[in-house]
Amino acid sequence: MMKIDFSGLEPNSLLRGNPNELLSGLSTAPEFQIPNTNDFDGFQKESVQMVKPAKGTTTLAFIFKEGVIVAADSRASMGGYISSQSVKKIIEINPYMLGTMAGGAADCQFWHRNLGIKCRLHELANKRRISVTGASKLLANILYSYRGMGLSVGTMIAGWDEKGPGLYYVDSEGGRLNGNRFSVGSGSPYAYGVLDSGYRFDMSVEEAAELARRAIYHATFRDGASGGVVSVYHVGPDGWKKLSGDDVGELHYAYYPVEPTVEHEMAEASSS
Amino acid sequence: MPIQQANWSPYDNNGGTCVAIAGADYCVIAADTRMSTGYNILTRDYSKIIQLADKSVMASSGFQADVRALQKVLEARHLVYQHQHNKQMSCPAMAQLLSNTLYYKRFFPYYSFNVLGGLDSEGKGCVFTYDAVGSYERVGYSSQGSGSTLIMPFLDNQLKSPSPLLLPAKDAVTPLSESEAADLVKTCFASATERDIYTGDKLEILVLNAEGIRREYMELRKD
Repeated sequence: MMKIDFSGLEPNSLLRGNPNELLSGLSTAPEFQIPNTNDFDGFQKESVQMVKPAKGTTTLAFIFKEGVIVAADSRASMGGYISSQSVKKIIEINPYMLGTMAGGAADCQFWHRNLGIKCRLHELANKRRISVTGASKLLANILYSYRGMGLSVGTMIAGWDEKGPGLYYVDSEGGRLNGNRFSVGSGSPYAYGVLDSGYRFDMSVEEAAELARRAIYHATFRDGASGGVVSVYHVGPDGWKKLSGDDVGELHYAYYPVEPTVEHEMAEASSS
Repeated sequence: MPIQQANWSPYDNNGGTCVAIAGADYCVIAADTRMSTGYNILTRDYSKIIQLADKSVMASSGFQADVRALQKVLEARHLVYQHQHNKQMSCPAMAQLLSNTLYYKRFFPYYSFNVLGGLDSEGKGCVFTYDAVGSYERVGYSSQGSGSTLIMPFLDNQLKSPSPLLLPAKDAVTPLSESEAADLVKTCFASATERDIYTGDKLEILVLNAEGIRREYMELRKD
């Protein structure tokens, strides 16, 4: 009995494209060198331990009356060491679409840049902008083809297309969800608490931005792996705009100013 | 016959530390010259710094065989760029090339921790810092390698530059002069050498500015 050939549906078949120098990496996924070992999974596990990609983060995005708000912290940690306090976790895919970074920093940076290239090619080929649905599907399909190989990506694609504001959650397990409110990362439970209790659909842009800022601030307060600078972006019909970038240390004292006590004032008077 | 598993690792760590600091119109890139394996010193005189373009210099610590392979790939790609575009690659362009080169080995990484320093197209100093698989960002200063956990807090204290994510934006480069920055780097390595066994022997410093490149050496403790 003839067996039907399903080899084209194998996830790894998308990895081998045609070896054409100019176009390789654009129509198919870029070609990657694979180590020549019997125990691929064990090797990946060891090399992930060695490389220890930056993890631990808080990002959030939500749709409201005026569009989409996207916010994130900026801390990158490698185990217990803070490798950076100024990581750009909101990636500008194109002037009307944003992506957020959670999980492996290099994975998110590389695949978002690759997504930006694909979106631009779509525009050139079809003479119209790609929808948020389409862009998120492109990314989700690529990540699905690498499923099980150790990529770590938990991202939200937010944008404004012909159907209005759009928000999708995409991850490296191959999941893709459409929704109104998402928060991703180790600090997300804390951010959800603040975000869900303060959310209303008909907020103004300033109110929505302040809600997002507070939610990220509270997550950085309680989660050791989140911190640095809170960035808040707004996506409207004309594209995205960065609304604010505030250091969380300074936000703390803005939200909870220290009440000067009598001892304080006497100490200050004697030292000045 | 049962399946035989490989019982060797393709990687080794040769140690070492690299630092780079960006100034208003200069960039300082430095690395020690000790190459070790385990508790043994292989050589006291190995350069971890390479000049990739006339305004881009890379310093890398980690597994030096992978570092050398990476350097060769980047040099070759720069040569192709020069033939195709009839000009040198700018430092931000080289930064993205390095990131992509590292990511293409995502499933068999270069065990190389890099800092790239140079001047951008406006002549301002720029430093890019990387992890082993290519995630990168432009910063005012950075250190990588075995002594980085000792040096980074000190640089944060002395140079704390405002985050590039703040709005309204503030400049990330340090207000220090060229000679002050070079002295700061020497202080960093003198301290790191005291407490990190893989750092020492000699310090190689490169200062990149509009006039060109200047190379300096300083002796470090050899124990």
